[in-house]
Amino acid sequence: MADIDADALEREPLNDTLITGKATYRSLEDQITNMVFNQRTHPQSWLFIFVVGFLLLNLLMMAMTWLLYKGVGVWGINIPCAWGFDIINFVWWIGIGHAGTLISAILLLLRQQWRNSINRFAEAMTLFAVACAGIYPLFHTGRPWVAFYWLGPIGPNILGLWPQFRSPLVWDVFAVSTYASVSLMFWFVGLIPDLATLRDKTDNKALKVLFGMIAMGWRGSARHWERYETAYLILAGLSTPLVLSVHTIVSFDFAVGIVPGWHTTIFPPYFVAGAVYAGFAMVLTLAIPIRAWYGLKNQITMRHLDWMAKVMLTTGLIVFYGYIMEVFYGWYSGNRFEWAMILNRFKGPYAIFYWALIACNGVIPQVLWNPKWRRNLVVLFFVSQVVSIGMWLERYIIIPVSLTRDFLPSSWGYYTPSVWDFGMFAGTIGLFICLMFLFIRFMPIINIFEMKDLLSRIHHARHAADDHNHTDVDGTHAPVTGTLVSAEE
Amino acid sequence: MNSQSNSSIYGLVAEFDDPDKILEAVTKMKAAGYRQIDAYSPFPIHGMTDALDCHDPKVPWLIFIMGIAGTFAGYSLEYMTSTPVLDHLPRFIRLLPGVNEMSYPMNIGGRPFHSWPNFIPVAFETTILFAALGAVVGMLLLNGLPRPHHPIFNAPRFELASQDKFILCVEAADPNFSYEDTWQFLQSLGPDIVSEVER
Repeated sequence: MADIDADALEREPLNDTLITGKATYRSLEDQITNMVFNQRTHPQSWLFIFVVGFLLLNLLMMAMTWLLYKGVGVWGINIPCAWGFDIINFVWWIGIGHAGTLISAILLLLRQQWRNSINRFAEAMTLFAVACAGIYPLFHTGRPWVAFYWLGPIGPNILGLWPQFRSPLVWDVFAVSTYASVSLMFWFVGLIPDLATLRDKTDNKALKVLFGMIAMGWRGSARHWERYETAYLILAGLSTPLVLSVHTIVSFDFAVGIVPGWHTTIFPPYFVAGAVYAGFAMVLTLAIPIRAWYGLKNQITMRHLDWMAKVMLTTGLIVFYGYIMEVFYGWYSGNRFEWAMILNRFKGPYAIFYWALIACNGVIPQVLWNPKWRRNLVVLFFVSQVVSIGMWLERYIIIPVSLTRDFLPSSWGYYTPSVWDFGMFAGTIGLFICLMFLFIRFMPIINIFEMKDLLSRIHHARHAADDHNHTDVDGTHAPVTGTLVSAEE
Repeated sequence: MNSQSNSSIYGLVAEFDDPDKILEAVTKMKAAGYRQIDAYSPFPIHGMTDALDCHDPKVPWLIFIMGIAGTFAGYSLEYMTSTPVLDHLPRFIRLLPGVNEMSYPMNIGGRPFHSWPNFIPVAFETTILFAALGAVVGMLLLNGLPRPHHPIFNAPRFELASQDKFILCVEAADPNFSYEDTWQFLQSLGPDIVSEVER
């Protein structure tokens, strides 16, 4: 059955093989479905992390209940700084979600087949991150049960008014809810053939019915695959501008305002790059432990991690360029409020956060230039954590620093988050962990049919290479190559 | 057996263990004049659409039309609720339930009621939303899904078609179908097993 070359896994060599060891369609499938069918494969660490997540989730419930009982005054927000942790965390979570869409949609359009083994759980990560993000603006309204009338297109509110369609905040509602819906559909469409595989593999009657219902009678007909592939490709084509528009619109929440530090045209591209940066950090944070715990090192190889690290490094440089441009703009605009804001970032009351941001997002990730460090999983995991913190600090710098020191000194203030702010933040991390770990336990975390497709393509590429003067296939030219042995013969 | 075959069986299936083999088999069946054939596989086989000649242009068109509908829906929502356009309607229409509530234009900082650049983001998002709904729902409906049961599931070992086997089916409805001849022909294509599918 699973015929995997154990020696090759020990050393984890970096080559251009996207599936290492010997693999067959059956062995790839068994490896992934085993995580669903054989619940004993899940290690103790699964339970430990899930319990931590579940406790934090309960903290979220407490924080939200207290908030609804008492009002938004339990948070640290005040009048110059009415956007505190809510918007910081909202933007942070939404940004994390973007890597999932980038991997599933943009890399599909660019025919990057290394996405096949990471797209499923990256898409799940997107969904769960968007769920966490959505909580913040909704509860920031204080009365979420009527917020739909203020924000959504479902009719005039109690004052007879419609949402203000000239406001970026309303654009944001449309962008984020469309993003959540389209991400869910994309993820579900990808799951249908895999659920059919689960249905056909299980002997358990109840599970067969359950998977059968969700797979909706998928039977893998060539005519179905034809429409499926067309629809999937076009969905990817739709998700690509969507993901760019979502974070662009999130940045419009700031850039359309006239507050110093927000009113710059660099915001949309620099927010999108920052989103992908934080998202890849989160994908790495999840992928590094998961592939070790579940023996998936042959499907999520060092090559995958290396490429993800490179994407992170590239987007990090774009973000760092954004920071430099912000400073340049503050000086070159000749606007005294802009320049005062820059100086305030450098040496004002929040200066320590600013320099921590520069260290986390600008300086420390540069270690990834060195291939040796990039391929060291401890270093890579550490850098991913640093980037996650850095991207959170970035939003902290953008929001309270600008809001508490705007045009008039008489309206200056200071922002201190309350314990409930931290409770809610920790709580959404708990929600994310719970959802993610339930997903790992009960769903195929790697796209089974795409991995089989990839195996078939690798097999073909290898045969083509054998026919062609017996030269080795150069990894930089062919999309999939390498020393893989498909044991189909 | 031949006389009753067309009514009591759905068709004949041949099982292959490699995508190339089934692709070759489908090409040969097409050349032999069979039309009602289908290939069931665990993943899309490159070239199978051409071999079966089953390209369906309806999906992209549906998505395009849904996208246009989305743009129209989003923009007209904004236009009708943010401008006094509905005030020009005849009185009996304005008095219909819901119509008067649609229109409550607000003068914000002296901006024009029809401030179209501000209406683009929402119209863009509804375009994507409608088009994506069209892609998913359209793909499923055109495929005839959800459909909990289909005669092909009666094929022996059909559960392997979502795992690592590739199954070619010739339906009894095919004009060229004759039990013995088709069985012989399928055998000649080099499958692992040929079997019949009950209706």
